[in-house]
Amino acid sequence: MSGFDKVVTSYEEALEGLEDNMTIIAGGFGLCGIPENLIKEIKRRGTKGLTIASNNAGVDGKGLGILLEDQQIKKMIASYVGENALFEAQMMSGELEVELTPQGTLAEKMRAGGAGIPAFFTATGYGTPVGEGKEVREFDGRNYILEEALYGDFSIAKAWKADRYGNLMFRKTARNFNPMAITAGKISVVEVEEIVEVGQLDPDEIHLPGIYVNRLIQGTFEKTIEQRTVRSA
Amino acid sequence: MALTREQLAQRVAQEFKDGYYVNLGIGIPTLAANYIPDDMQVMLQSENGLLGMGAFPLDEEVDADLINAGKQTVTMVPGASIFSSAESFAMIRGGHVDLTVLGAFEVDCQGNIASYMIPGKLIKGMGGAMDLVAGADNIIVTMTHASKSGASKLLAECTLPLTGKGCIKRVLTDLALMDIADGKFILRERAPGVTIEEIAKLTGGELVIPDNVPEMTF
Repeated sequence: MSGFDKVVTSYEEALEGLEDNMTIIAGGFGLCGIPENLIKEIKRRGTKGLTIASNNAGVDGKGLGILLEDQQIKKMIASYVGENALFEAQMMSGELEVELTPQGTLAEKMRAGGAGIPAFFTATGYGTPVGEGKEVREFDGRNYILEEALYGDFSIAKAWKADRYGNLMFRKTARNFNPMAITAGKISVVEVEEIVEVGQLDPDEIHLPGIYVNRLIQGTFEKTIEQRTVRSA
Repeated sequence: MALTREQLAQRVAQEFKDGYYVNLGIGIPTLAANYIPDDMQVMLQSENGLLGMGAFPLDEEVDADLINAGKQTVTMVPGASIFSSAESFAMIRGGHVDLTVLGAFEVDCQGNIASYMIPGKLIKGMGGAMDLVAGADNIIVTMTHASKSGASKLLAECTLPLTGKGCIKRVLTDLALMDIADGKFILRERAPGVTIEEIAKLTGGELVIPDNVPEMTF
């Protein structure tokens, strides 16, 4: 690695330094735009006691779901955790702690974490179980709760295309939580479908600047579809 | 007769206006997209980061990178745009979406909604529902008026954990269209063939019955 070149050549190198009990912020929505190979590498490493913030927790055998098989996750911060029998079993038995967070609040907590904003007020969750124990402030006659930013020791994410400096482009709704997740990690690791030479991406079309990216790796992806829904011609 | 799922979707679609940006929740709300009038432009927002959601794809069009908030494969209409989840909820929380339609377990006459959690049963999470009800001004909740055993879901006070407090002003059930104001349900329309007495019997909380409560037309 030299200068601004963020490219690493192995997944082992991509997650070097990941240790037990760390916090990881992960991009993806359902199984769309998930860093599937980085998740597999976490499974291979056998890292335990992880706190993971991600909109969802994968499904049985796919995505973050595979990290439940060897009880690698201690705590999950997510907005929706359905469609995962193993998750359900570990949550019900108490071995897996779950902090349900509204989807927009979760995205903003990641964004705030990456943008140096320690907390923010939102109306989302006021008067509900999510607001319990949180500071309430009234602005212009409406009540808001204080939500704190999220920070990760690592963030793991998936983009479509990158140049070697880590400038990123995402594809369609595989963008989702990925840009904010990347910004919120001390060490951000991004896997992409294609890496091009510097200068080949139009600066006006870069979705996330490489300044947020520490390590970049090119991979191949299964891209599992959760709900294949079609119409007939 | 109670409304069918299709009639509920049709009645929801009657609330659409030309040029509306609309977020439709999973289930009956999504069906409303099938009843957008031909002479009207409505753009559908999917909170996972898509404005301008189109129909389900043909088999050969399926793209794993293009899904809706229910994780179903979809397409984009011309003029669609893609953005991050933070941007998506900025437009929701910021009140830029003209109409939000979503389901619920219970609604009460204070405008409270419970839709994500039944204590003691499996907890799957609120997804984007809490942000949607907190951020939108114009919300329609679609639900059945009562449970299969006849227990009202329109209550004086929600019994389940809340998704949002004091944020619901309009409810469409299989029996009636109601507004909520000043701690009361106000009966606006009834399903064809359903009497005011039937609706009143199945509604908890104070119900205001105006002189004229027309039947819905389709």
